[in-house]
Amino acid sequence: MTNNTNTNHVDSFEKRKKKEEMKKQLISFALMIGFTIIAFIAVAADVMEPMFVVPLILILAVVQVAFQFYYFMHMKDKDHEMPATLMYGGVWAAALTLAGLILIVWW
Amino acid sequence: MSHDHSLNPETMPQEPEKATLEGRNKFYGLWFFLGGETVLFASFFGTYIALRNSTAGGPASTDLFGLGLVFAMTMILLTSSLTSVYAMYHMKNNDFKKMQLWLAITAFLGLSFLALEIYEFTHYIIDYGFTFRSSAFGSAFYTLVGFHGGHVTFGIAWLMALMVRNAKRGLNLYNAPKFYTFSLYWHFIDVVWVFIFTVVYLMGRVG
Repeated sequence: MTNNTNTNHVDSFEKRKKKEEMKKQLISFALMIGFTIIAFIAVAADVMEPMFVVPLILILAVVQVAFQFYYFMHMKDKDHEMPATLMYGGVWAAALTLAGLILIVWW
Repeated sequence: MSHDHSLNPETMPQEPEKATLEGRNKFYGLWFFLGGETVLFASFFGTYIALRNSTAGGPASTDLFGLGLVFAMTMILLTSSLTSVYAMYHMKNNDFKKMQLWLAITAFLGLSFLALEIYEFTHYIIDYGFTFRSSAFGSAFYTLVGFHGGHVTFGIAWLMALMVRNAKRGLNLYNAPKFYTFSLYWHFIDVVWVFIFTVVYLMGRVG
């Protein structure tokens, strides 16, 4: 009996939490689409120096990917310390690989 | 007394994908795999950046790439990332039918992306004679973009196998982690594409 009286309350709380989460994910999606459009326009407009355009679109890509990881893939949620460690480990090795390959070519 | 793990609104845990040990292992295993995939794609990106100007007299990136098609492909793949988020939302609400519907939309968008990519490659090969063997740039380009396309192809096959295999079973604690790990993989494919359209196509246009 006691258990039953609480169920509905918990359910509606959970439902609201999921709705809230979905709203955040929709906002992330809108931002990601926005970043993509900005990046394409920056290149298509052809008015900026490559010196500025390239870092700009790279930063837009990194921010967009962060949204993908933290919101779409839930890395911001609790219980994601291990996934974050694994992912940052991968990113670290990836950065070393990129740096190494670029170094031997451009130097 | 039954061993039925079917979910219903009374028994459903809040996170069905991580409610069992097996589910948690799948979850961590897939993240471990994605960490490794990051390094794999970093090698391809590094190689591409290093070789993108070695055209050996063949077509260069500025001759080949058009932004319209790439923009369409990007929008399709980004949207498919959102539709798989919707699918997981319905999974957590224990609505199997709606989950299947959004997964089907995801698969359709994935196939559309793939169709455009095949069209793109055919266009390069037939109209420009730009192949894997044309130049170091060609090899690096087809390896990087082709491997991503291969990941999309595998993802669609994985998704369809999951959908067909579980069509009559409904959602339970055994298959919820399978759908969830697929969605993580699918988001990761989108992550790689974000860098591909930026580094390969947009930077290729800038020169």
